[in-house]
Amino acid sequence: MNHPIRRVALVAAMMFFALLANLSYSAVFRDASLDADARNRRTRDAEFAMERGAILVGSTPIAQTKASKGRFNYTREYSEGPLYAAATGYYSYDFARAGLESSYNTQLSGTDDSQAFGRLMDTVTGKKPAGASLQTTLDAKAQRAASQALGTRKGAVVAIDYRTGAVKALVSKPSYDPNELATTDLAAAQQAWRKLNADPGRPLVNRATKETYPPGSTFKLVTAAAALEDGRTADSTVASPASMTLPQTSTKLSNEVDCGGATSTIDHALQVSCNTAFANLGMELGADKVREQAEKFGFDSSLEGDLNPATSRFPASPDKPQTAMSAIGQFDVAATPLQMAVVAAGIANDGQVMQPYLVQEVRNPDLSVLTSNDARELERAMDTDNARALKQMMVNVVTNGTGTAARVGGITVGGKTGTAQWDLKKNPYAWFVGFAEEPHVAIAVFIEDAQVSRSDIAGGRLAGPVFAAVVESMR
Amino acid sequence: MSNVTTAAPADGDLFVYRRRRNVELFMDLFALAIGLAGWLLVEINLFGRLPANLPLLAAGWFGVGIAAHLVVRWRLPYADPLLLPCVLLLNGLGLAMIHRIDQVPLPEKPALHRADTQMMWTVLGIVLFVVVVSWLRDHRRLQRFPYLLFLTGLVLLLLPLVPGLGTSQGMGAQIWITIGPYSFQPAEIAKIVLAIAFAGYLTDHREVLALAGRRVLGIDFPRLRDLGPIIIMWLASLAILVFQNDLGSSMLFFGLFVVMLYVATEKPGWPILGLVMIGLGGTLAYHFAGHVKVRFDSWLRPFENYEQNTQVISAQFGLAWGGLTGRGWGLGRPALTTFSYSDMIATSLGEEIGIVGLMGIIMVYSIIVARSLRAALASHEPFGKLLACGLGFVFALQVFAIIGGVTRVLPLTGLTTPFMSQGGSAMISNWVIVGILLVVSHQARRPGPTELPSTDASFENEDTLPIPVVRADSPRGDA
Repeated sequence: MNHPIRRVALVAAMMFFALLANLSYSAVFRDASLDADARNRRTRDAEFAMERGAILVGSTPIAQTKASKGRFNYTREYSEGPLYAAATGYYSYDFARAGLESSYNTQLSGTDDSQAFGRLMDTVTGKKPAGASLQTTLDAKAQRAASQALGTRKGAVVAIDYRTGAVKALVSKPSYDPNELATTDLAAAQQAWRKLNADPGRPLVNRATKETYPPGSTFKLVTAAAALEDGRTADSTVASPASMTLPQTSTKLSNEVDCGGATSTIDHALQVSCNTAFANLGMELGADKVREQAEKFGFDSSLEGDLNPATSRFPASPDKPQTAMSAIGQFDVAATPLQMAVVAAGIANDGQVMQPYLVQEVRNPDLSVLTSNDARELERAMDTDNARALKQMMVNVVTNGTGTAARVGGITVGGKTGTAQWDLKKNPYAWFVGFAEEPHVAIAVFIEDAQVSRSDIAGGRLAGPVFAAVVESMR
Repeated sequence: MSNVTTAAPADGDLFVYRRRRNVELFMDLFALAIGLAGWLLVEINLFGRLPANLPLLAAGWFGVGIAAHLVVRWRLPYADPLLLPCVLLLNGLGLAMIHRIDQVPLPEKPALHRADTQMMWTVLGIVLFVVVVSWLRDHRRLQRFPYLLFLTGLVLLLLPLVPGLGTSQGMGAQIWITIGPYSFQPAEIAKIVLAIAFAGYLTDHREVLALAGRRVLGIDFPRLRDLGPIIIMWLASLAILVFQNDLGSSMLFFGLFVVMLYVATEKPGWPILGLVMIGLGGTLAYHFAGHVKVRFDSWLRPFENYEQNTQVISAQFGLAWGGLTGRGWGLGRPALTTFSYSDMIATSLGEEIGIVGLMGIIMVYSIIVARSLRAALASHEPFGKLLACGLGFVFALQVFAIIGGVTRVLPLTGLTTPFMSQGGSAMISNWVIVGILLVVSHQARRPGPTELPSTDASFENEDTLPIPVVRADSPRGDA
């Protein structure tokens, strides 16, 4: 009977081996994601029991950890909570994290791999461990101006220094107070969470980076860029009938303005935001060329970086009429306000798209720099000359066209207005996307409710002044 | 496998096993010290002081451990020297961890006293161990009534299904019985009773079961009319699974029977048939018993249903939180996991002494299994071989099922972690099992007259040859 006993021993050995192998696998491959799980009470409690790093705008902390009594040793406090909520996000016990609090969580809590040496030194020297702080790229004046100019309207403003990609303002309205969720009074946090989620204005939604909307006429910038890159010039002409029937359909597309005759130059068509001209231009170029141009500006990609925006989309295989509608920013084209700011920034930076980023430096508690974000080139979207031509066309929009509401005295400003119909029973979205030469900033303004029926001039009239206010604050 | 210890020297001298009792004593002390150290570290890390009752605690703990050793030294001098220290080590670590979990949550609630109860069970277990060791001495006395024992075992197994007697203790599986203020898991006792019954039955019938059969694909399969016992066990296991909601026990008992059948008959057809039957039973149960499906889902995709699987998820969080070397005694948060002191004690230990520590514990379990199978190999007669092999394998299976369950190798089953989980029935029966294993190993290793080789033809092909020798000075007479 010894032979089968040895077989049994082999089976037993295999079972024990399986246990050991599984534990090894766990230690190597599972532990990190388990520790990072927001539902993990062990890591949450440990994080709440330590000094989390601050988030700074300039030299002012907009989020910092203060000593407190009660269940936890520290409370997270946001000095101007609602103003910066779109950037900081919130840090809560029961409802995880959002914004920078989420994307830089390991650094803020001091548990990142890059901080391992510091942790070791703290253990050796007996120092209390603390997290790293974040130096944001935000400009307090621009942020405040954007927030005030938007007022109580639902919408978003994103301002980017187009030479570097540094985000100068990031506003989403309506906002919320992250202090309500970060409180260590967990019952109060629960209540605030329920209230914020029940709010029809959806204040927890980050409209600047996490939501996509039809960009409407502001997308004509991408179509125009594609046309210039395809060899056309600002003076190339395109058919601009007062109204046209889209091929293969009975859908009628008409202009809200007089495009100035049966044909129009691209420059003029952009100035007056001529729908039929850009629809024809889109069909002439074909969907692939327009998509290629959009993707060079960052559509259909994550834009990488630390903003983790929702992906902006250009439809994958539109037919001819759909291409025509897509070329004027309708049909299934969807973009985040951040993406549209990147489009304007790419054009303003002579065709070179820079990666947008929100954190300049991550600093250890001893103020030494742990990591820093430098300006990083994404893709070259346009040839320099073409970009300059398109910039001039955008300047014309503001001086003579639909964008006059965005004028800022003494500064060269260019832009493009937009209104996007998304529901026939509701008012359209209002957009203004543009740039200023000094300060070097590209801004996208998005307002959910244009309060008037569809008209580009109305859209510009609504969103343009917000743009102007932000530029004004930064001069 | 060459076997140094049983090789007969060419000159005809008898090889005699070394008793190694002093080695055992040394390792016993070492194991006892580790358990006590765990307990003390909990106190130091949580309260910054040693417990006030330290002298009493240390004296009591070392006292029972050394008493167990002395009884073995006195009654079973040739018993395996590794088993007792391994068991004492596991028991000590288990007590320390239960004590540690008793101290939570602080400071809102007063400490609990599960560890005190568990200490009482440990002492009772060791008392029964002493009784087995000193009274039994020769395991062959257990061979006599296989059918009666089989019936007793089955009744014990199915007892929790009796209305009014059985209870699920609010834990899903209907595996407890309550008598007055006490509750008990009869399956733990049934484990011993059935192992003895199977060993007795198979010793008597193994030739018949082995010889008749049909050969398919080079594997001998048994005759249809010999399938009776395995079908009874299969049905009993299914009944446990379906009616008691106890995946673990079901697997355990069927596995025990099939393995002993295989060892007795040396026919691989039996385990193959057994695996097919397990697969069939498992498939049926998966489709027709809802809770089995739930178990499987929470094994494969626990995070998809967070609320339902908080226990196993929290255990994973704990294990990850402990990392390689653990948080340290008293410094982790094992009590966040439900049943951290019983079903999930392996992950509680993993959290505080690390994956390395848990691996060490698994290795200690594997030593116990290895020494049991070693005793089976060394035993001279089929009953002892079957008994030791069966008990050793069921131990391995149980450790695999519960530690595998809490670390997600297998679906979680409500088995106890031997010598560690809080619970009296398991503690007592495991100590009795160790007592029986020591008896078998003593009988196998002690020099003295044994059966003649001619009584078992198959021995001719074995490495382990019993040496017929008549000894006048057999220690303390012969049983």
